[in-house]
Amino acid sequence: MSDLSVLYDAPGPRAKVRNWLYSVLFLVVFVLAAWWVLGEMADKDQLAGEKWKPFFTDSRVWTTYLFPGLLNTLKAAGLSIAIALPLGAILGIGRLSDHKWVSIPAGAVVELFRAIPVLLMMVFANQAYAEFSTLEPEVRPLYAVVTGLVLYNSAVIAEIVRAGIQSLPAGQTDAAKAIGMRKGQLMSYVLLPQAVTAMLPALVSQLVVIVKDTALGGAMLGFGELLGQIREITANYGANTIAAFTVVAVIFILLNLLLTTLAGWLESRIRRGKKTTGAVVPTAATDPAGGLD
Amino acid sequence: MFDFLDQYDVWEAFWVTIKLTLYSAIGSLIWGTLLAAMRVSPVPVMRAFGTLYINTVRNTPLTVIIVATSLGLYQTLGIELGGGTSKDINFKLAVLGLIVYHASFVCESLRSGINTVPVGQAEAARALGLNFIQVLTLIVLPQAFRSVVAPLANVLIALTKNTTVAAAIGVAEAALLMKEMVENESDVIFLVFAVFAFGFIVLTLPVGLLLGWVSKRVAVKR
Repeated sequence: MSDLSVLYDAPGPRAKVRNWLYSVLFLVVFVLAAWWVLGEMADKDQLAGEKWKPFFTDSRVWTTYLFPGLLNTLKAAGLSIAIALPLGAILGIGRLSDHKWVSIPAGAVVELFRAIPVLLMMVFANQAYAEFSTLEPEVRPLYAVVTGLVLYNSAVIAEIVRAGIQSLPAGQTDAAKAIGMRKGQLMSYVLLPQAVTAMLPALVSQLVVIVKDTALGGAMLGFGELLGQIREITANYGANTIAAFTVVAVIFILLNLLLTTLAGWLESRIRRGKKTTGAVVPTAATDPAGGLD
Repeated sequence: MFDFLDQYDVWEAFWVTIKLTLYSAIGSLIWGTLLAAMRVSPVPVMRAFGTLYINTVRNTPLTVIIVATSLGLYQTLGIELGGGTSKDINFKLAVLGLIVYHASFVCESLRSGINTVPVGQAEAARALGLNFIQVLTLIVLPQAFRSVVAPLANVLIALTKNTTVAAAIGVAEAALLMKEMVENESDVIFLVFAVFAFGFIVLTLPVGLLLGWVSKRVAVKR
């Protein structure tokens, strides 16, 4: 039922009046709630101009805190995807292998790391680096965050790759075998190139999860990403907690909206494309609500 | 080999994790269903609100939401959600944050479930003279729920894992205890990690298998 308007009739005169009534009622409740929230904020002096002004007038709050924070977020996310992508591809292809000694361990690794919360892996990696490596304490959180993200997301990417290859019509494999291709050739010349386009949207959606999860490092490991900068900002600009949270949340939302839009655009392009099979791994390949951890 | 566990109450920590999961799951199911109803309703203002809510919340890190409930709602605005000790308040704030975040995923799953119901059913229901609320609650949602048991199970599993984020505001659940333990028991950190990883596998694996079986049982055969 993709046309949801079938749930209700085209409104007649009475329904129009009723809809207006509901709209007004909903808006009244909404405005009352907003009024109460703003009132609470005003009571606690969070609406005062000087709490919000730094973000618009003082460029130092951006250059000293927000931009470096954003850079750290992007750095951790970029490094994680750069490492997790090839690793996930290997795990995903490995899981489809005909050899049991390859497919079973690959499957076990994928299922294991998908079941463990990413925060546990970050905390563990942070301590492991402290014990067993000579990493400087300043860079340790970045390494820990990237390690946690790579372990978790390579498992998720492996599942996306597997779904991408399985979404191709079986005829592709049959035809390649019929002209005498070996398994390696079949995978690298026939299946993978098509699967890559099919899974591109799902991969971009996974990026949203990675960007969001970098915030864990800021909250738990002292990693200086966007969320981690809030304490610094509120300490230096006069307890403007709500303003700082709002700005950081807006940056995250804009960044991720950009990625979500890109994924949607890619998906519609591939579905339209005539040169490929038009197979698309739904962004929901591994979880139905794309973008969920 | 497992002597290091004696000084710590791992059961208690996982019990808090389970409670967080249960309360948040119930809350996000209710709020998510309401959001889904808003998103398909004939009232444009409600649809707009639903869309705005989903797009905002889904793109905000859960960590930001949870930390904001503590630093923003509680410490800055003094909202205590019924009060109690600061332990109780943090627990409730974490549940609130988890509900706010996961409801958007419940809503999106449900909406995809509504899409699986054949158009003819809604048309037939309307032909009988049912209004929007009746079409939705009597005809469409019961079928939609049955077809999204598996996706909702995935949301529940993700929710179970995401309860660890509550550690960021000091809720004494599994991830916080593990952080404490890897710092104190630095000679057995692999064992500590294994214990907690195993705990989460025990929590999530049966849920996935059970609900996978349920989803096959209750699916509407078409």
